[in-house]
Amino acid sequence: MIEFRMPSLGADMDAGTLLEWLKKPGDVIKRGDVIAVVETQKAAMELEVFTDGVIDRLLVKPGARIPVGDVMATIRSADEASGPGLEKPELHSAPQALDATPTAVDTPLVASAPAAQKPQARVTPAARRRAEELAVDLLMLSPGPGGVVGIEDVERAAQGAKAPRPGSIALDEMRKAIAAAMARSHREIPHYYVSSTIDVSRMMDWLQAENSKRSVPARLLYAAPLIRAISLALSKVPDLNGRFINGHFEPSTAVNLGVAIAMRGGGLIAPAIIGVEALGSDEIMQRLRDLVTRVRGGRLRSSEMTEGTITLSNLGEDTADSVLPLIYPPQTAIIGCGRIAERPWISAGRIVAAKTMTVSVAGDHRVSDGRRAALFLNRLDAILQNPDSL
Amino acid sequence: MTEPELAAVVKASLFSVAPDLEGEAIQPEVPFRDQFEIDSMDFLNFIIDLHNRTGVEISEPDYAELSSLAGAVRYLKSRLSPPVAT
Repeated sequence: MIEFRMPSLGADMDAGTLLEWLKKPGDVIKRGDVIAVVETQKAAMELEVFTDGVIDRLLVKPGARIPVGDVMATIRSADEASGPGLEKPELHSAPQALDATPTAVDTPLVASAPAAQKPQARVTPAARRRAEELAVDLLMLSPGPGGVVGIEDVERAAQGAKAPRPGSIALDEMRKAIAAAMARSHREIPHYYVSSTIDVSRMMDWLQAENSKRSVPARLLYAAPLIRAISLALSKVPDLNGRFINGHFEPSTAVNLGVAIAMRGGGLIAPAIIGVEALGSDEIMQRLRDLVTRVRGGRLRSSEMTEGTITLSNLGEDTADSVLPLIYPPQTAIIGCGRIAERPWISAGRIVAAKTMTVSVAGDHRVSDGRRAALFLNRLDAILQNPDSL
Repeated sequence: MTEPELAAVVKASLFSVAPDLEGEAIQPEVPFRDQFEIDSMDFLNFIIDLHNRTGVEISEPDYAELSSLAGAVRYLKSRLSPPVAT
């Protein structure tokens, strides 16, 4: 009998709320099947199983808040008899179930007020999530013009309700989760940093020429060839790509690249593109679009949160020149890309205007040192000078 | 299409790529990026959705003109209006 436990879907997760079971006792399951959906502080996640077998018992009910590591279900092999005894075990009717907050998954645009008290107001999903973060009671809100409660209405209510001390901000759940993960990273991982400024003019010229040939839906963001170049450069520096588990570094041949995606209303999430080293720029663009779409309004898969081997924090347009990020445990490196801008550059003894980007690598001294990360940056630079190969 | 019809199309495109914003009030002249933390992927998806709904081929150098509700309406109107006979 195998116990299926609540996985840790990122270093910043300590529990999840079960939204629904997608399988029932007796169902035959295969490795990779999604058996349940849970809501975390960041997103709805589909839980996959990592074994073949038959669902034996489901031990928790929808609505229950389940700590990471707690048993959720038991799975038996196809030829194994059913679980001990024949008694139907009572499902935990977890007391925390009452804390379960409504989510966008089951209540899109629902009425927020009892009909008898006031006219029903619609609440946008973004406002609903923000209200959860700020612990604002949606029943207490008056909708804006048009009868819809939006983000601004929630934030105004939160300010009125909490009246934070001047200069202080409320720590919402997302912020607490990120703080916990990053405090762990800072405490456990001896970071080093190296960075280089790279001339990306050729990549950007190539991209512009490529996009001008393509119709709108087939165009690429520069993140796609950049990720392709990063995966190629990493293949030669394996000590940056893997996980540090139980005191040992486990290098990975696959590059499962976590991509930090900013969430509206604040916070970050970094689901991974699995096996990015085998993908071309067009496929990377598709996978990136799929990830962002699901972060915004869908579900992520548990493997995307647990199997990352390195992360990219790409600041993008209209941001800052460089970023020195913290590593997501149990990974051992993170790459930070600042915005691309035209800057003075020396080429063949002359000062010219070039599009440049500062790329930083934070590495884990338990596994590698700055020299290895510098090797990675030099390879990345060389690859980016030859964009036709991307 | 009239301006209100075009505005409805632009809003539908925005909400299709950012479903969590459905129903939010939009300030017409303020860039989406400043109002709603729209990132480059959201914005490209918005352009693609507008292209699919209207058939307008939007070139990359024109993207900046579509950064707000009013800007997108102006742009689409100019591209969709029948050419003036000379």
